[in-house]
This record gives sequence, C-alpha cells and structure tokens, in this order.
Amino acid sequence: MSGIRIKAAMSGDNAVVKCLMQHPMETGFRKDAKTGQLIPAHFINHVTATVAGKTVLDAQWGGAISANPFLEFRVAGAKSGDQVVISWEDNKGEKDSADATIA
Amino acid sequence: MNNERRQILKGAGAAAVVAVAAGAGLLKPGNVFAADWNKAAFEAKDVATAMAGIGATGAAESDQIVVDAPNIAENGSRVPVKVTSKIANTEHIIILAEKNTNPLIADFALSNGADGFISTAIKLGATGNVRAVVKAGGKVYTAAKEVKVTIGGCGG
Repeated sequence: MSGIRIKAAMSGDNAVVKCLMQHPMETGFRKDAKTGQLIPAHFINHVTATVAGKTVLDAQWGGAISANPFLEFRVAGAKSGDQVVISWEDNKGEKDSADATIA
Repeated sequence: MNNERRQILKGAGAAAVVAVAAGAGLLKPGNVFAADWNKAAFEAKDVATAMAGIGATGAAESDQIVVDAPNIAENGSRVPVKVTSKIANTEHIIILAEKNTNPLIADFALSNGADGFISTAIKLGATGNVRAVVKAGGKVYTAAKEVKVTIGGCGG
C-alpha cells in the first residue's frame, strides 16, 4: 500500500490535485533529544506528477518541506476520468508512487 | 614498445567513447526525473548562493507573483505557503526561506498545462522572508512575504 494519498477533482476547466505523502523529512540538522546525536538527513528530493501520461510537475525538494508533505497543484486541459500518477524518491533512494482518477 | 604512446592512445580512445555516448544521450542518469538534484543550490547556506544556483541572480521584483503565507507562524515546522504566478507560461515556481540554514526549499518545474500555482507546507527556522522565484520565457521574477516565527521549525 502506498503512503501517498491523492484527491483529484475538476474545478471549472482545471483539475485540482491535492496529495499527502508519508515521510519524516529529516533535514539532517535536528538532534536526537535522548542521545544528542544529529539525526541523519532523510527527505524526499524528487517528486513527479503526470496527468494522462504527460508530465505536469517535476520538482526537486530540500529537507525544509514539512514532514508528511502536502502538495497541491492545478492543471488546465485535464478532464474528468484522466489518471494522475504521483511519484517520489528520497535521498536514500527509497521510492513511492500512487495513482488516482480525476473526479 | 612505447608504453607512453600506448597510454595516450588508450586514453584518447576512452575519451572518444565517452563523448559519443554523452552525445547520444546514453549517459543520462538512470531515473525518470528531468534533471539531477541541484545539490549546490540546495546546500547553499546563504540566499545569494542559492539564487545563483538556481539561475535567479538579478530576478526582477514582480507584483504578478503572490506569496500567500501567514503573517505569524506559531509553529515553524509546518507553515502553509501558496504561490500564485500570473506571469504567462510560468515554467518554474521556486520557494526559498531567506533565514533558513539552507534557504532553497523547493523547485517545481511545471509543464503540459500545469498552472502557475503551488500550495505546500514548509519549515521556517526563524522570522524572515519567504521568497518565490518564477521562471518564464527565459526570464526570472521574484516576490517575497515576511513570516514571523514564534517557534522555529528546523530543530537543533
């Protein structure tokens, strides 16, 4: 099961796509409260989104996107029934992907 | 046997193979993303270096970009930010926090009908400007909004 939740619906001529991704988004600057050691950086650094097979968003992120990232974007020319696919990859090479159909 | 000459020939041959492979696009990184992670820009520790790293030095201030963020963020670990660009053919929306240890937060490349709009949530380490940079038609534009932070969100 994917750790990405997607809501996609038409609003006028635009598809509004909202998603939540499960990820700790550790910057590498935070210290463990118990040990005092720095918590290693662990964050999503690449996100892509396609609508009906075409790339609409290709993002690079640093560690300062909040934990369990929220992302909303809007796409003109999309239509109800189109498939949205959102994928991420983090700095450790872990990946996740999910899809949804535009309502 | 002239070993030195052998070495030079081998080197030249290898270089030629690499050049041909690069030219044919065979050496692209093996992922689906358009570009490698911009390490120099993301790890920059000041705004000028980060702006240079994303090709945004000298970006023109624009009232066609709206940075929507709260005036006061009680918790800097999750600050909602919406960036709307009314600039035609917006190709990139980039978000920076000028007072963060690493100012560059995210670079969104938009294509195939994606609007000049991004909404997300970011971490702010201290009171300062949240800056948006927009790339469109080979030009760079920028706008910023100050957010006061009561409790910083970058830990430490």
